[in-house]
Parts: sequence; structure tokens; C-alpha cells
Amino acid sequence: MKKNVIKVIQPKGEKFNQRRQFLKLSGLALVGTGFLMACSNDDNISTPPDGDVFDLGAGDLGVLNYAFALEQLEADFYTKVVNGSYWAGANPIEKQLLLDLYNHEVNHRDFFSAAISVEVGSNTAAKLPTLEFDFGSINFNDRTQVLATAKVLEDTGVSAYNGAGRLLTNPDYLVIAGKIVSVEARHASAIRSIINPNSADFAGDDVVTVDTGLDLAFDPSVVIANVTATGFIVTPFTANNLP
Amino acid sequence: MNMIKFLDEFTTEKLISASSSRREMFNTFGSLGKKAALAAIPFGLATMPAKTFAQSSTRNPVDALQLALTLEYLEEEFYVLGLQSGVIPGGRPQTIYQKISQHESAHVDFLIAGLTGAGATPVAKPTFDFTVGGAFDPFNDNGIGQEMAYAHFLALSQAFEDTGVRAYKGQAGNLQGSPFLTAALQIHSVEARHTSEVRRLRGLKGWITRNERGEGMPEATQAVYNGEENLIQGGMDVTTLGTGSPFTVDASTEAYDEILTGDEAVAIASLFIVP
Repeated sequence: MKKNVIKVIQPKGEKFNQRRQFLKLSGLALVGTGFLMACSNDDNISTPPDGDVFDLGAGDLGVLNYAFALEQLEADFYTKVVNGSYWAGANPIEKQLLLDLYNHEVNHRDFFSAAISVEVGSNTAAKLPTLEFDFGSINFNDRTQVLATAKVLEDTGVSAYNGAGRLLTNPDYLVIAGKIVSVEARHASAIRSIINPNSADFAGDDVVTVDTGLDLAFDPSVVIANVTATGFIVTPFTANNLP
Repeated sequence: MNMIKFLDEFTTEKLISASSSRREMFNTFGSLGKKAALAAIPFGLATMPAKTFAQSSTRNPVDALQLALTLEYLEEEFYVLGLQSGVIPGGRPQTIYQKISQHESAHVDFLIAGLTGAGATPVAKPTFDFTVGGAFDPFNDNGIGQEMAYAHFLALSQAFEDTGVRAYKGQAGNLQGSPFLTAALQIHSVEARHTSEVRRLRGLKGWITRNERGEGMPEATQAVYNGEENLIQGGMDVTTLGTGSPFTVDASTEAYDEILTGDEAVAIASLFIVP
């Protein structure tokens, strides 16, 4: 996939409905390749004053903030899932599965929050703030929509951690990232399996390259551009110091 | 080569004067093996003898990859034999294991090409005994019957995949800073996808709760799960980070997988290797 070098910019407080056309939820052609496609049409974007927009930062801190952003996104999503009526009426296996995903992502999110606070110390302005999310037209009462979105988020998480590992210099942080990414991959596998039971989708050819057996790995700029294109993240931030 | 002796040398991390320094190792790019000629994966390293250890450093990426290759040989052979044995039922199990088998074979090829491209001699495939001296009969070679053999096969499969996840994770530190790290992470997450589906096929959760090996897993596989009860991440007890279901011991242990050290991974693999 071609790398997109796109500055992540969104005016504060405004929503971009035109970005959500990429999701095509009505037909659930939600990113037909199974992971997020980057927006290339930025005609309607205006650039906010730079000083107002949080940048993830560089090096290990940048990667921690990056992970924190993605975990916030997942935690918020699953919070909405377990408050929706699909989940309330789901079969026991799916209900427990999604509750577990909620549990794990919230735990991950709060872990990064605590770890980053330790990392930044008194320089609290360097910690990514709590982001605002908007899942727009996703119907949390609709199983198909919920699972399709979960699949995208989990695969994205795997690709993000796999791509960011090389950017970490502290070996303890690399181990932590490793401990989390395998759980995200377990998640992705399970979601894909319940979407298409009795198939090989748990580790499908769309995410695991057949010749090599390798999973996805994308640079932060690619992942962030893709996630931004969904319109799920309302609060703008940049990753100008990460590849 | 004597596999056990090699693995012993790896885990005791003998330090031998290196013919090239660790810095040199990363600065020179050798020719890439044919199968490793993938644009995103620069595997070339200075040509150096296999089993050369960097001076004053316990990190050796080549040895980490040799351990990975050993585990991939094990999985590859196990699944080839399993698919040939006829114990795997049609439908979902066949579909799952054909895909897993395809990946493990690809991993073997990939690691061989990567090691070769780095100027190392890939460790040879060991001789495996998946019965562990007769304790198991995963391929129904010894007449335990199709159903029980399949149960053995499933249990061992889960054990191997969960071991793989933990073993790769344990080697990340040895691969940090090397050209191999990203590829290792990309294999590691595939093993996690595998084990999640195998566990769920077996009626368990896709993730590991506390250090539970799970229903139907023989006592001998507990070694694969010891340590998974850990609650301390980044120096913090994660159960104390908040309240509610995300911070129970169950959820907190499920949310993070734990490493296996090289020693621990070797101990598990050695059970299945004929010296």
C-alpha cells in the first residue's frame, strides 16, 4: 500500500461527514480490504493554528502517546458497544468476547495513561490529552456494523504496534508493546472468526501475506492518516515527529 | 549439528571474542536471499560465522532467529504430520489447520532466507518426537483412536502456538535495533492469531486468563502458561489503575501476554526434540 504523507489536520469542533463516505456502512463495504484506507481528498480542510494542536512527540514518548491514542479509540468504541442493544442481546460467547475486548482495551488505555504520566513527569503538557470521539453513523445496535468496525480497529492496532516497535529505544517499552500487540492480534483473530465462522479469516490473506506469513506493519503516519479518514477522532493531533 | 548442544550454548550466552563487532554487524549489508528479497525487509548483515557472539553484549539477533527457526520447524512438522494423519476433521478444523500450516511453512522459509542473507548458517531441522516418548498420540500412530488423537493434536497445537507467541516476545529485546525486529513482530502477531483461533476451536477464550492452561490441556503443558498470572506492567500493578471489570485479575492477566525467556522456550521445545 502506498504510504500517504498526510498531515493530520481537522478544525476543532467540526465534523467532516464527507470523510465518512469511506466507510460505506450501508453496504458494509467498510474498507473492503479489511483495513483503513487513507483519505486523499482534503479540499474542505482548513488548518487550525499550530499552537493549538497537540503533537504526539518524538522517540519513545511519541510512540507511547501514539499507542495511547489508539487505545483511547478502542476503549471508547467498546464502551459504546457494551452499552448498545446488540451486545445486550448477543449470544453468550459473543457477549463475553466483546466484554473481554472492552475490559482489555480500557485496561490498556489506563495503563498508557499511567505510564505516560510517569514518563513526562512535571511536563504534563507532553502527555496526549483525553481525545473526543464520534462514531457517527455506526449503529451500535447492529451486529454487522459493530463487528466490522471492531475488525478494522483491531487489525489497525496490530499494524500500528508492529510498525512502531522499531521506533522504541527503551527495551522495557518494547516488551510492553509486545505484550499488548499479541493480545490485539488474539482479538482481531476472534472478531474475524465470529464474522465469518468456519473460515480462515482469523488470519486471512488480506492481513497475513501468504508467501512470508507476515502480519501487517505500518508506520505511524500511515495508521494515523487511515484512522483520521474515518472521522472517528474529533480532537485533532499531529505526529510530525514520527515516521 | 547437535540441536540440544546448540540450544544450550545459546541460552548460557557464552561470550566469545567476535570476529566483527556488533556495530559492524549492522553497518554492512550482504546479499539478500531470494526469498528474503522483500523491499520492506532489509535483512542484510555483514557476513560472519554462525554462532559468533558480540563482545560484551548478551544480545545476539542471529541466535534469536535461530531459536525462532527451531520453533517454526517444530510447528511446521507438527502440522504437516497432522494434516497427513487424517485425525483432523473436515470443515472448520481442516480450514484452520491448512491455513496455520501454510503460515508456519512460510515462516520457516522466511527465517532460513533471512539468516542466510545475514551470512549465518540456519540451524538444521531437528528430529522431533511429538509423542514425547509415548505420552501423546496426536497422529493416531499408536492406536489411541481418531477422537483421542485429535484431542491430543488440538492440545499440543494450542501449547505450541501459545509458546511461540511468548518465545518471540521474549526475543524482542535481542532483536531490538537489528533489521530483524519488525519481521519478528509480524510473525509474532500471526502466531497470536493462530492460537486465538485454536483456543476458540477448543472451546476456550482466545486469550489466557491468569496462568490457566485451560480445560483439556494436560498437566505437562502448564509450563507454557506459568508466568501468565503476572499483574505488574511497567512497574505498575494494573489492577490498581481503575475500578470495574477491566481491572479484575482475570481481565488484567488476559490483557497482556508474557514473555518466555530463551531458557524457558528451549525447555519446552526440548521436550519434543530427539537429541
